[in-house]
Amino acid sequence: MDHLKLPVGRRTLIKGGAMLGAMQLASPFIVKALGDQPIKIGMVDPLTGSLSALAQSEVEGAKYAVAEVNKKNGILGRQVELLVEDSANDVGTGVQKTRKLIDRDHVDVIFGDVNSGIAYAIAQVTTEKKVFHIVPGGHTDPITGTNCKWNVFRICNTTSMDAAAITPELVKRFGKRWFFVTPDYAYGHTLQDAFVKNLKKAGGEYEGDMLPIAATEFSATLIKARAYKPNVLLNNMGGLAQIDCMKQFVQFGMAKDMALGGALFELESVKAVPKDAQAGWWDFEWWWDQPKVPEVGKFVADFRKAVGKTPSARHWFGYVAVNSVRLAADKAKSMEGPKLALAMEDMELPPDVALQPGKVFYRKGDHELMPNIFVGEVHPPQGNPDNIFTAAALVPGEQAAGTVEDTGCKMTPPPV
Amino acid sequence: MNSATTSTAAVAEGRLFDQNWTKLLIIWAALLTVPLWLPMLGGYTALAGRVLVLGLAAMSFNILLGFTGVMSFGHAAYFGLGAYGAGLTLKYLTASTPLAMLMGTLLGGVAGAIVGALIVRRRGVYFAMATVAFGQIGFYIAYTWNDLTGGYDGLRGFERAPLHLGFANIDITNNGTIFYYFLLAVFAVAVALQGFLLASPFGRTLLAIRENERRARFLGIPIERHIWLSFTISCVFTGLAGSLYALLNNFADPMAMHYSLSGEIVIMAVMGGMRSFWGPLVGAAVFVVLQDYISSMTVNWMSFVGLIFVLVVLFFPRGLLGMFQRRGVQ
Amino acid sequence: MTVSFESRPMLDVILFNVTNGLIIGAFYVLMALGLSLILNLSNVINFAHGNFLAIGGYLAFVLVPVTGFWLALLISPIATAILGLAVERLMIRQVYRRDPVYSLLLTFGLAFIIQDMCRYIWGPNGLPLSVPDTIAAPISNEFFFITWYRIFMVVIVVVAVGGLFTFLRYTKVGVRIRAGTLDLETVSVLGVNVGFLRSFNFGLGCLLAGLAGVLAGGQIGLNPNMGDDLLMPSFIAIIVGGVGSLAGTLVGGLLIGVAAAVTTVFWPSGNEAVIYMIMAIVLIIRPRGLMGEEGMLT
Repeated sequence: MDHLKLPVGRRTLIKGGAMLGAMQLASPFIVKALGDQPIKIGMVDPLTGSLSALAQSEVEGAKYAVAEVNKKNGILGRQVELLVEDSANDVGTGVQKTRKLIDRDHVDVIFGDVNSGIAYAIAQVTTEKKVFHIVPGGHTDPITGTNCKWNVFRICNTTSMDAAAITPELVKRFGKRWFFVTPDYAYGHTLQDAFVKNLKKAGGEYEGDMLPIAATEFSATLIKARAYKPNVLLNNMGGLAQIDCMKQFVQFGMAKDMALGGALFELESVKAVPKDAQAGWWDFEWWWDQPKVPEVGKFVADFRKAVGKTPSARHWFGYVAVNSVRLAADKAKSMEGPKLALAMEDMELPPDVALQPGKVFYRKGDHELMPNIFVGEVHPPQGNPDNIFTAAALVPGEQAAGTVEDTGCKMTPPPV
Repeated sequence: MNSATTSTAAVAEGRLFDQNWTKLLIIWAALLTVPLWLPMLGGYTALAGRVLVLGLAAMSFNILLGFTGVMSFGHAAYFGLGAYGAGLTLKYLTASTPLAMLMGTLLGGVAGAIVGALIVRRRGVYFAMATVAFGQIGFYIAYTWNDLTGGYDGLRGFERAPLHLGFANIDITNNGTIFYYFLLAVFAVAVALQGFLLASPFGRTLLAIRENERRARFLGIPIERHIWLSFTISCVFTGLAGSLYALLNNFADPMAMHYSLSGEIVIMAVMGGMRSFWGPLVGAAVFVVLQDYISSMTVNWMSFVGLIFVLVVLFFPRGLLGMFQRRGVQ
Repeated sequence: MTVSFESRPMLDVILFNVTNGLIIGAFYVLMALGLSLILNLSNVINFAHGNFLAIGGYLAFVLVPVTGFWLALLISPIATAILGLAVERLMIRQVYRRDPVYSLLLTFGLAFIIQDMCRYIWGPNGLPLSVPDTIAAPISNEFFFITWYRIFMVVIVVVAVGGLFTFLRYTKVGVRIRAGTLDLETVSVLGVNVGFLRSFNFGLGCLLAGLAGVLAGGQIGLNPNMGDDLLMPSFIAIIVGGVGSLAGTLVGGLLIGVAAAVTTVFWPSGNEAVIYMIMAIVLIIRPRGLMGEEGMLT
């Protein structure tokens, strides 16, 4: 048997490691005994795995907000501490980390998760433990729809909102004959259904293909699409699959035959495609270039200085999440879950948090944030390397969202 | 090989396990008092629950690896099937925790029996590849069968039901500590069963197969049947562990069937000592706690976990308990 | 007057998809051959193979601004091979004589480390790998879905595979590798330096992975997880083709590529399902694979 010569014996290594480990594990206990209790916010997001780019942006936005809030005397006079845990795109880990944050670290609020499945699972834990929970960027509808809960609020849009916002624009500019390229899972299904509903209202017709979530090869589908001769190709894929579909669409020269559009095409993804694939008509959940709103300019400048990049919609989600907690706490004068939930309902965001025109508020019936949806065109950078989008219309979220009955949410009041 | 002589000697002498009562006492004392000392060290009860569940999975897996000498890298599939079995039962059949556990165990066990029968003639690396392949089929079905399993988003909408035993109602739904003791009770029963199985003549036969398959064959032992049995039994217990996992999380998801979890189960068994009965539990405890701790400290925790794999393989191949076993024999 | 492609009869559509499938299959072959080489000689399942692919792609990303695409295509796989060699000599070599579980755990751990390092160095965002414009265009208006890049990929794969088989058949090292696959003990007794052989073989496998990485990068872009989704098809190609047979791996890769492509015409969401089904059928009906030999790797 081969032996490796070590300068330090194996037993010593183990003993040393064990002692180090014990010390480290013991240290939180020591820290707790000292000082004034800060307000703790626990954030669970997939920092590793396929959604990591988006998750890391949300975390950056939240961290920036926490630093800003702490400079201005924190929340309810107490400093804020952000505890970030990696759910690793795995439900078991997400649930475990949530329990850790609540049981061990005694957080007052939970944020998470970008991955919708994990967001649900976490919501079950937070509801059970009566902890206030904001979902900054998990998109699937039931979170504020059929599975809505008294303690869960969401910042990003539902698929219904995204579809309803962009359909009129696409129909007006290009036509009513569409072809869908959709991923075969819950989010994809609800998104396509939402689009179909809106398209039918406009008297349109469609065909489509359902593909695996992580598909890389789109030639067969694109051949079908070209044969159908639609006005618009709807690219509903997410992440890398969306990027690959765009690339192949452009490579095959289909851009001259039909328009391209869809729901979300996020800044982080746009920057990862070659220039000729930076195209199409999309919804942006927030956009940094809003010359008409003075607060935005200041925010973007400060953010760029502090973080070194231009804020995306994901950054804004994290920012809004932290500030929403601050505002709700100020209103409720407490950090208790039920009280915060009551305070959040119908709460309107001030201009320096909303960072867009109009009334931005959390709708009481389903706990969904109603911002504007920026509908516009993605293009290669103009001037600034982050200037890849030009908004053509701002659709008020409430208009796009439909009624609370439509979402299927039957909200139960918080326990007293 | 030294290990062969020692083990054969042990088998010959009729004592299969060094009935080290002190060791048993220490382990059970620690397990029973977890809710007392764990929070003081910065742990939390759900973490202990996870250790128990994965520890059971690792010990079940070790029936195959450590005691029969057969390597499977797709065991997470049966773990995941156990989770889905339990979840589907709670969601669609009835809110009964024992039934959920039973269904999960059966699902894992039956799948194991089928797969085992198909691949039992292969050995070594090819056997391992086949187990990975079948595992991934399971993973694939779990994340695409949206209507049944919830697909990529996982199976939700169920939760543990309170236990209605004849003499008492135990509410395991909300109280973390009570649920931990429930897990411990199930764990104890499962582990006791495993212990009896491995100490029986059947268990000794498995050891013989591990030590020298050819010689065992010449002794007239039906090798394939024993390996199949070992595989199936291992999958039955792994399925049980999986059903407990679903109860722990109130959720079942495809990643519970992915080969990355399979690899983690293997490392737990090896890290704790695959030649030792309790080794995998120790390995699970160390691995789960380390992973939980490191992933809170840094976003690059995957490198550290990978490093653990590498270090264990290169420097601690016999695992933690394995090192204590071999004192004097080298 | 040309008839537009879309209005052709169904059979033609299928035939064109078969062509496309062969192109995709060629890529799977490249990945799977590297994995197969390492498996056959050293009995090691290289769980980190997909991550070596990623390294190949990322190294090309680093080199392209400096050396241009073509030189990067040449250098990057070689650099990946050297990295693989280093890994083999430092770590994997220590565990050959032990229970196979250790080498598997080792490559498993390596997969985690390499993936995380890629994420750490180059970030979690996707990165584009710029490919010369000359080959990014479609070959004709009619066959708009076949870009020159795909043809280029097939050509490279054919050259690489041809080179590999020639190497294995006609060079001293190649012959020894093939002999070692069948009976390593005898080869060693005959005086061949088995350690060198294993290292070289591992490096060769990583060379192919790195090459696949550059090609994949040009097609789908770079990201730390890019190897994950390609590892399973490689596995399946090896199992379907037959463990121990490189020709089998070749056939297996092409077969699953074509199967996936043709399935997309009728059942788009099922193109992954079909390759798993093929593997399940092969494992049940003919466990040694299409071209595997009985007794191989038992």
